[in-house]
Amino acid sequence: MTDAPRPSPNRWKRFSDWDERPLRLDRFAVEDAASGFSAFASPYDPKPSGAVAGGTVTMMDGKPAADFDMIDLFIARYHLDPEVMPEAMAIPSIELARMLVDMSVPRDRLVRLAHGLTPAKLADVVAHLSALEIAFAYGKMRARKTPGNQGHVTNAKDDPLQMAADAATAVAFGFDEIETTMRVARNSWSNAVACAVGAAVGRWGTLFQCSSEEAEELRIGMAGFTSYAETVSVYGTEKSFIDGDDTPWSKAFLAAAYASRGIKMRCTSGAGSELLMGFHEKKSLLYLEARCLCLQRAMGVQGTQNGGIDGAPVTCTVPGGMRELMAENLIAVWLDLECASGNDARPTESEIRVGAKIMPYLISGSDLICSGFGSILKYDNSFNPSLLNGEELEDYLVLQRDFEADGGLTPVEETRVLELRKRAVEALSAVLEELDLAKPTAAMKASVVAASGSDETESYLPRDVALISEAIQAKGITVVDVIRALARRGYRDEAENLLKVVRLRVSGDYLQTSAVVRNGHVLSAVNDPNDYLGPGTGYRVSEARRAELVAIRDVLTREEVLRAEGVHKAAEAKRISYKTLGPAGSGKDTREVVVGVSPAFGIKLFQTVAGHPLSAILRALTDGIAAGGCRARVVRMRHTADTSFLGLSAARLAGSGVGIGIQAKGTAVIHHKDRLPHNNLELFSNSPITRLEHYRRMGENAAAYANGKLPEPVVVPTRGEAMGARYHARVSLIYAIETELTAEGAEPDDIEITFLGGT
Amino acid sequence: MSADKLTVADYPLAEKRPDLVRGKRGKSVDELTLDAVLDGTVTMEDLRITGLALAQQAEIARAVGRPTLAENFERAAELVEVPGETIMEIYELLRPGRAQTKDQLVAAARDLRDKHGAQRMAAFVEEAAEVYERRGLFRKRF
Repeated sequence: MTDAPRPSPNRWKRFSDWDERPLRLDRFAVEDAASGFSAFASPYDPKPSGAVAGGTVTMMDGKPAADFDMIDLFIARYHLDPEVMPEAMAIPSIELARMLVDMSVPRDRLVRLAHGLTPAKLADVVAHLSALEIAFAYGKMRARKTPGNQGHVTNAKDDPLQMAADAATAVAFGFDEIETTMRVARNSWSNAVACAVGAAVGRWGTLFQCSSEEAEELRIGMAGFTSYAETVSVYGTEKSFIDGDDTPWSKAFLAAAYASRGIKMRCTSGAGSELLMGFHEKKSLLYLEARCLCLQRAMGVQGTQNGGIDGAPVTCTVPGGMRELMAENLIAVWLDLECASGNDARPTESEIRVGAKIMPYLISGSDLICSGFGSILKYDNSFNPSLLNGEELEDYLVLQRDFEADGGLTPVEETRVLELRKRAVEALSAVLEELDLAKPTAAMKASVVAASGSDETESYLPRDVALISEAIQAKGITVVDVIRALARRGYRDEAENLLKVVRLRVSGDYLQTSAVVRNGHVLSAVNDPNDYLGPGTGYRVSEARRAELVAIRDVLTREEVLRAEGVHKAAEAKRISYKTLGPAGSGKDTREVVVGVSPAFGIKLFQTVAGHPLSAILRALTDGIAAGGCRARVVRMRHTADTSFLGLSAARLAGSGVGIGIQAKGTAVIHHKDRLPHNNLELFSNSPITRLEHYRRMGENAAAYANGKLPEPVVVPTRGEAMGARYHARVSLIYAIETELTAEGAEPDDIEITFLGGT
Repeated sequence: MSADKLTVADYPLAEKRPDLVRGKRGKSVDELTLDAVLDGTVTMEDLRITGLALAQQAEIARAVGRPTLAENFERAAELVEVPGETIMEIYELLRPGRAQTKDQLVAAARDLRDKHGAQRMAAFVEEAAEVYERRGLFRKRF
């Protein structure tokens, strides 16, 4: 070290570290109501108000009926119930907010009041709630009791074979609905056929939609391939609505058109869309969204895809953005709409923000927690990456297990997934051949079955797909033709499954609010209403469902740990022998260092957590002690398996007063006979990263202490790995094997070790 | 409300009231089998919803406090027999700037009422015509 002058630093380097984190790819915006960047309250938002005269609404949120724009008019005529409005609007917002989180106020009562609440009032009420209160109220107010989830199934090539395999995979993981879209618009018919066939593999009941241009989507629905639609967008300002090329009347007409074809439908809206379209009228995101939601109830749609959606990323740039997305979802369910609650477009590059975003929904439940969980890899998601994607699907499964929360998905075994993917690819290939659309080769099929994403497939490219898609349309192929093709080629189960989904149209049961199909039965807010009234009511994870949720892969068991040890037993027998000499006495030699090994050391356990054979550990320790000019004596402790007491007991037996205690898992300590148990000389607590050279140096240091010296302590370098997460399950199982061999008051034995030269 | 209105107890109709559920050409759900699809006795026509089924679902929606959903089902019931092309034409006409004058929408409403017996839907389109006029939507968009 020199005392030469150094340039003074201009920055704490931690900021440079932070610059490198994914979080810093996110950009944030300052709160600026006049520019539309305000989540909950803008000075330009109207104050809640309303008046009724002669059975019609004459004033709403400060505006007389004569000044109503198209949206105001539609809400006033079709959403607001003049009989409820005076009563509901008279209740102070804070009082309504408290009712939302009061578990003894039934959902039905709040839903009835919502029929008389204006957009500004709804926004004002939920703005009183904290994020925690919103999540709680959401769990209470959502319409269907049983939670569910929706997944995206798309790929970067529009490859129908992969589409079918991925649809079958998504169905296996439990998605209630799957949604596809295309890279190239004219590939929609191919996507529709492929996903419809894939979703019929394994079980029936997953609803399917193909997001395309409005008219095209309805045509695909009429041909029977799809069972729901959700891309009927609405907006909170008149100018955005017109810019979106629709009006409340045209969208309401479309809603009726879908129902007339027996197709389930929900609208789409979400904070930020007006901001992105440039027609925000300086209003807050929440107020505009409250207008959208009132409009949707007015149109008579059963539900909404809401919670930012395409506007989620811009919403998350403003203070309170994520809380706002929760608040608008709460308004949706308060208005008694099915809610596919966003958690869709990825609003951040930070995995922490992703995890935080999903948590409230996972624990409160939702009709469809994500309105598009990317069941495929990010780059294959033709909607853009989702909050959660194929990459992170297992993280989500583990979150369900951690919180014993039903997020709508279920772990599936590897072999099962592979079977389903094969079946889906074969079934679709049969359909393509049977309808004279294409002849996939064996190599194409094989590449798709195993591929994690389209980068790994050698299959159809968008241009090939366009030809298939146009042929489907030109030939006028309907779902009935596909069902027949499946059955003719021996895919009878898949033909049955597909027919059952189409047959749902006849009764129209699944057109009711929040309908999904579970175990062959339509489950909706009508026959499975959310009846939450506090603990013990509402949705509870059943024992059977819990068993599914916890069944993630690669879970350690005691048997597995013992089996792994058994493998090493034979190898160790060729390297070392342990001979018990009898009770260990106190040493007299002042150069003697005792190594106290744990009860199962070399008997039931044979290697450390780091994977070093125990013979190598003993050799390193004893070599080190010898190199330091001392003599090692090995003693097996039988009264304890605790590192500190192993070391202290060894020290008390040693002629030098210095001992080493070591557990079979590799945790080791240097102790002195006069020290308190947990106040040792040196400790290796991170056995997974402790190398043999560290054990040798520990032996040398023990000898140095025995010689009255003060050596440099051995420090095992760590890079901050989450050792507990990686090893504690195994360590606990191993440690239990040690403690089982301990006996109260059992005396230590001297052990003679002989190294045998085996490798 | 009369005593024979459908309620939550009748739902799902396909399970609780299969006697009420009929396809477009009168077939019950039990008859809509795979074998019937394969031998050609069941076609796409049999797998379509009927106006009656939508009216029944509207009753159930109303019984569970969802009047606006019920109204949508009732409007939909009137569109069941309207051909797809006509539906797409009217939808197109309702989009901003497609109709240059109020008369075009009024004429579409008259067709809905006269040719298809769609009273509610016709009134709905006429209402749109009034509102579009008031809000200046009858102008050319480029």
